[in-house]
Amino acid sequence: MVFLTLRRLVQAALILLGVAAITFVLLYALPADPARMIAGRSATAQTVANIRHELGLDQPLLVQFDTYLANLVHGNLGRSYAQKTEVWTLIIARLPATLVLMLTGILVEVILGLALGTIAAVRRGGFVDRLVMMASFVGVSAPQFVVALLLLYVFAVTLGWLPMSGYGTFAHVVLPASTLGVLGAGWYARMVRSAMIDVLNQDYVRTARAKGLSSHRIIFRHALPNAILPIIAMIGIDIGQFMGGVVVVEAVYGWPGIGQLAWQAIQQVDIPIIMGVTLTSALAIVIGNLLADLVAPFIDPRIRTR
Amino acid sequence: MFKRWLRPTTMAAMVALAPLAAMAQETPKQGGDIVVTYKDDITTLDPAIGYDWVNWSMIKSLYSRLMDYEPGTPNLVPSLAESFTVSPDGLTYTFKLRKGVKFSNGREVVASDVKYSIERAVNPKTQGPGAGFFGAIKGFDDETGGKTETLSGIETPDDGTVIFHLSRPDATFLHVLAINFASVVPKEAVDAAGGDFGKKPVGSGTFVLKDWTIGQQLVFERNKDYFVKDMPHIDSFKVEVGQEPLVALLRLQKGEVDIAGDGIPPAKFLEIKNSADGPQMIVDGEQLHTGYITLNTKVKPFDNVKVRQAVNMAINKERVTRILNGRATPANQPLPPLMPGYDKSFTGYAYDVAKAKALLAEAGFPDGFETVLYSTNTDPQPRIAQAIQQDLAAIGVKAEIRALAQANVISAGGTEGEAPMIWSGGMAWIADFPDPSNFYGPILGCAGAVQGGWNWSWYCNADLDKRAVAADSMSDPAKSAERTAAWGKIFTDIMADAPWVPVINERRVVAKSLRMGGADNIYIDPTRVINYDAIYVKQ
Repeated sequence: MVFLTLRRLVQAALILLGVAAITFVLLYALPADPARMIAGRSATAQTVANIRHELGLDQPLLVQFDTYLANLVHGNLGRSYAQKTEVWTLIIARLPATLVLMLTGILVEVILGLALGTIAAVRRGGFVDRLVMMASFVGVSAPQFVVALLLLYVFAVTLGWLPMSGYGTFAHVVLPASTLGVLGAGWYARMVRSAMIDVLNQDYVRTARAKGLSSHRIIFRHALPNAILPIIAMIGIDIGQFMGGVVVVEAVYGWPGIGQLAWQAIQQVDIPIIMGVTLTSALAIVIGNLLADLVAPFIDPRIRTR
Repeated sequence: MFKRWLRPTTMAAMVALAPLAAMAQETPKQGGDIVVTYKDDITTLDPAIGYDWVNWSMIKSLYSRLMDYEPGTPNLVPSLAESFTVSPDGLTYTFKLRKGVKFSNGREVVASDVKYSIERAVNPKTQGPGAGFFGAIKGFDDETGGKTETLSGIETPDDGTVIFHLSRPDATFLHVLAINFASVVPKEAVDAAGGDFGKKPVGSGTFVLKDWTIGQQLVFERNKDYFVKDMPHIDSFKVEVGQEPLVALLRLQKGEVDIAGDGIPPAKFLEIKNSADGPQMIVDGEQLHTGYITLNTKVKPFDNVKVRQAVNMAINKERVTRILNGRATPANQPLPPLMPGYDKSFTGYAYDVAKAKALLAEAGFPDGFETVLYSTNTDPQPRIAQAIQQDLAAIGVKAEIRALAQANVISAGGTEGEAPMIWSGGMAWIADFPDPSNFYGPILGCAGAVQGGWNWSWYCNADLDKRAVAADSMSDPAKSAERTAAWGKIFTDIMADAPWVPVINERRVVAKSLRMGGADNIYIDPTRVINYDAIYVKQ
């Protein structure tokens, strides 16, 4: 177990290094010149050259990358071109909002997905099953923007139950988390359904039925724990995705998360911020997967022997 | 630039003086707290760096400058300066500072602060986009070249006097001292902020920054010590960022928001306009803006003047204004109508497909040609590019549209031989100050036709450049009318060479709640977008 964890940590470090290198090269290859943009439209060629020098953009690519990595090791992500503020400060400022939205969003997803998937599996082939599957199909394919605005319009504008936008209280998180949850639950429901159907056909379930256990007990005690494994991996993936930012949902609800920061930085070609957010979300994906791998053995002891 | 910081600063200018009469009818009330929303984060409040249309108005209110403008007008008035004199040769400006003005850290503003602030804006280490504006001050080249960190052309004989020595007469110099980059800041606060002055601003303007929660909100409170009595009118304004314009509008209708800074999304415009409260909510004003298509004079076949003229005749400008829901008027010359020097009698190239075709045939392209049209990729610019594409198709010109992120379009425009045509929408020129010279140098003059420049037509006419320098040297106020006329002629003469297709002059729209008072031209102020100093709440 310790060995497994160590090996995964080394892998994680390598992955992050790879992500840093690829992002760096991609951003460097961008035709847009940040010095030119910072300099503004009235700048002379001399001013642009000065700024390029100040930013170290006149150095060879390898030297720049080397400097970047050296700073990174010291926890320095650099300074935003547009805001002239430490990238780390900007990310930290938005991290709590992102974490709140991530946790609540995943919670809604999992609860909805588990419930719907289980019901569909139990009622397999029936009307309820078809209804759930259809709903989940709509859920996974509906544009976030439309659903977010729809929920906003119904619950905030028309009914006035919840605030339209903002951050800080429980009421604020309900709509964004529900939007993410409703849309994401489709995948979970489908996954749970197929895993459940698989499990429900197993011999031990048939045995349990033969022993005369209640179907309630069969589903919750025997089938669900065994069907839940793929869900854990999916949560790991979601952690990474949500950390990278759910730009549209954040935009509609005015949620001050990392997605907003990234989107604005992309429009301004603010490379230090783009790099910082990419690395943060890569780190989250790695951590999410690592957690999923470490948690799985507790749910299914057979994994430990592999 | 900006947007976005990359989008040209929206310093709108609206010269229509009629609303001033309306302003006089109502005495502004004192007090009140309001909420303003924007989609994007405020990037920085450092006056030497900030250059997007959102932070522009906030910086105006946080700091003071030697010169400023009467609210809602392009009329220059002394501000931090009590008085000033200009030498007869136009090379020396002497300012007397107002006494007893204090920074929000409590220290009195002295002459050396003015010198320091401008030197800081010019210093390459600051990486400010406004350095170029101070090019006329003696010693400018030495500082931008890194030889020194001071400007030999600024002298401070005592705490209350600042003298500027110019290397050439510059008729726009007083405007330059009124732009944000000339805002006066205290050195000790800049040093203490450790490179983060943009987040910890200290000035002597109408407001002070009370709180900034990154990514969420900024709270500005009235500066109780401000040197003009009864200014500002409101007690505070809270800026909420990250607000989708559509949602901001819904909140405005519910009374949670007072000014939706990003205006009204095109899809909602007619609905709001036709609603009962619409007329009171919408502020719709002209600004000093021109949207144009650049025709790259260094790329075939646009190196042929007849081809450029033919394209000028082929564009249906009325249709472009319809795409913008009528929030624009067709343009026929580079200057917008409200800019001094605009020639009302000039008609430009009329929309005439038959004549355009004939001219194209004369130029040797009876069957047209293939080319590329660049545009930014945010709505509605690609749709306008498509309309232009269809107009070009009507004269046989097949234009492939390349809709890219703004930064990439700017980059393509500044690379020689790269972009044959660019639709400037979303990046188009909006004046930094209400003077025609601001529409020439970087975008139509030889200085801008360089690698990385903004003259995307790559048009360079030495004769016009000479006339431009001559016009800017007429710094004697008595020659103002003559100077304006000279500038106007430069812009209409340019159209004979047709390096641009001037397409539209766009209007600006802001949405405000019913409790907000004040004339329209302080919500779309010629020099600062929203004039936070002058707006007020009706009690």
